[in-house]
Amino acid sequence: MLAELTDRTWLWAAAGLYLAGFVQGTFSLLRSGRPAGVATYTLIAAGYALQLIGLGIRGRSVGGCPLGNTLEIFQFTAWSAVTLYLVVGVTFRASLLGYFTSCLSAALTLVSLAIPAWDVTRRSNVFGGNPWIELHAALALFSYGVFALLALTSLMFLLRNYSLKKKHLGGWFSFLPSIIDLDQIGVRLLGAGVTILAAALAVGSVYWLRDTSVVNSAKLLVTVAVWFAYAAVFGLRLGERLLAGRFAWACLGLFAAALLSLGPVDQSRHAAPPAATKAHA
Amino acid sequence: MSADGFFVIGATHHRAPLAVREKLSLSAEAAAALHAEFTSMAALKEFAVLNTCNRVEFYGVATNADAAAAVSAAFCARQQFDAAEFAKICLSLRGRDAVQHLLEVSAGLDSQMLGETEVFGQVKEAYAAAQARGSTGPVLNRVFQKGFQAAKHVRSHTAITEGQVSVANVAVDLALTIFGSLKEARILLLGAGDIGEKTAKAFQSRGAAALTVASRRFERAMELATALGASAMPFEQREARLAEFDVVVCATSAPDLVVSLAATRAAMHKRSARPLFFIDQALPRDIDAAVAEIDNVFLYNLDDLAKIAEQNRAAREAEIVKCRAIVTEKADALWRHVAPQVAALANRMPTAADGMHPPTPVAGEGTRPPTTEKDTADGGAVPTSRS
Repeated sequence: MLAELTDRTWLWAAAGLYLAGFVQGTFSLLRSGRPAGVATYTLIAAGYALQLIGLGIRGRSVGGCPLGNTLEIFQFTAWSAVTLYLVVGVTFRASLLGYFTSCLSAALTLVSLAIPAWDVTRRSNVFGGNPWIELHAALALFSYGVFALLALTSLMFLLRNYSLKKKHLGGWFSFLPSIIDLDQIGVRLLGAGVTILAAALAVGSVYWLRDTSVVNSAKLLVTVAVWFAYAAVFGLRLGERLLAGRFAWACLGLFAAALLSLGPVDQSRHAAPPAATKAHA
Repeated sequence: MSADGFFVIGATHHRAPLAVREKLSLSAEAAAALHAEFTSMAALKEFAVLNTCNRVEFYGVATNADAAAAVSAAFCARQQFDAAEFAKICLSLRGRDAVQHLLEVSAGLDSQMLGETEVFGQVKEAYAAAQARGSTGPVLNRVFQKGFQAAKHVRSHTAITEGQVSVANVAVDLALTIFGSLKEARILLLGAGDIGEKTAKAFQSRGAAALTVASRRFERAMELATALGASAMPFEQREARLAEFDVVVCATSAPDLVVSLAATRAAMHKRSARPLFFIDQALPRDIDAAVAEIDNVFLYNLDDLAKIAEQNRAAREAEIVKCRAIVTEKADALWRHVAPQVAALANRMPTAADGMHPPTPVAGEGTRPPTTEKDTADGGAVPTSRS
């Protein structure tokens, strides 16, 4: 019976678990003033497993990494963010990070599933059978997952900063990590994201140099601009010229811009050679 | 004789002011002498002494009602304290109420600083000392061990220990909220008075190692620095070297500001990404309030700290009802279990041989900690080390 379930069913189930994690965390915060650390982590981990199955089924049916339409891009970004959370979430005393991750993942996955137009068609053979391009795309989107988590820790930094400045320290503010911890997490995530996106661009550039006509210039410009912006912020942070709140705001703003850039990047591929095919059920 | 043979008698901070508690506090020699005296009381089968800065209490299991009075009289005589005066301030509870009292004391519900956890360790020490001297038996073993379990339960199932209630500890908590750990935090103490010293000690007790003291009287700074194992710095260098520190505790009696906005701005230009935390405990204030507007600078004054401490205290008090409900339930259950044992002890007629000998083990249970399966299942042997 489970074998008959479609990829979308698994993805819906995963989205439901992410949402359950968010609802459970909200309920816990409202009821006891503390996040439900273990419960949220468990729900996110379960959602992650189901999402992996859903993406796996789709990947097998398309014979590659499922990055052929907006739904798949959003799903993959959410999956990347959760992957990182499951690794770093237990390392740091950042139980609220799970709450925010469940919120972000639920939003990305539910929205992508709820808009049918995003999954009506998908471009088949999007990577032209070239595994290097597939790696390029996967790395690029994984870096977006890193930036998503960076946006969350930046938001947490701003909340912690606000609570200390305004002297509101009780309630769920008390479960935020320290300013220094959040800053260090942010710098490490930014460094990782910039490196991964750089690797993605490097892999892609090899393909592009062979035939510049196959890559839409708008996509190229947007992607390079996103990398350059993040790299600039990273450089300014390392040079201690962009610190604390301004650094956090920059990371948040950049993620919003990066997310918005996914649209043009995806649209630009419509002009590319691979033919659009109906998305499978 | 009923199960009221279990009693507690003593004096606590509730009715005995500090001056009285000072007179009643037991020295090690006095405690040893009292132990010998209590051991010779035929009616007193088990006893333990809890002696802290806020209380001196005697827990006992006796075969007659006069034993508590005898304990009280022996204590007053030893401390040369007027028995009539002691009667006015003394705490005297029996049976189930005495059990509930021990549980409340262990859980910090009876403490001057509500919810504090230090008393738990003190009760454990008192029990361990009584065990070592062979003055506990089946009743006290069970009551104390169950009391420890109840205290742990209260702490883990309520918010009674959450949030600091002293200004110095609130300041340390805030520093942890900013820096995560104090191991590498560099702390500057401006002012060598009592308030600053208390705050500095609170920081050291939570892991701060790099402490520098500066005072308008350098010799006083040196004196305090030596006492704290810290270093001293000339007061005049405070602003020039501000960038070197992560936490600045100000507690001087200077009439004017000792840390200016300009100096703080200059320090933040020199510093890396690390925040700067000011704790202004002085009146009038030592730090220009405008520094709070600088990015990555956090300023808390005496009112801010007191407000947080008060909020934490109020939050703890709000938990009292919940804690008492837990303790009452545990005390009821425990008393149902030990009451027959107390009554059985009381029903044993003292013999002449009881006179000058240590308490006699009953029904196979001696004065050592319970180790039988039944005991472990009921209450379990708990470690007697400090928690």
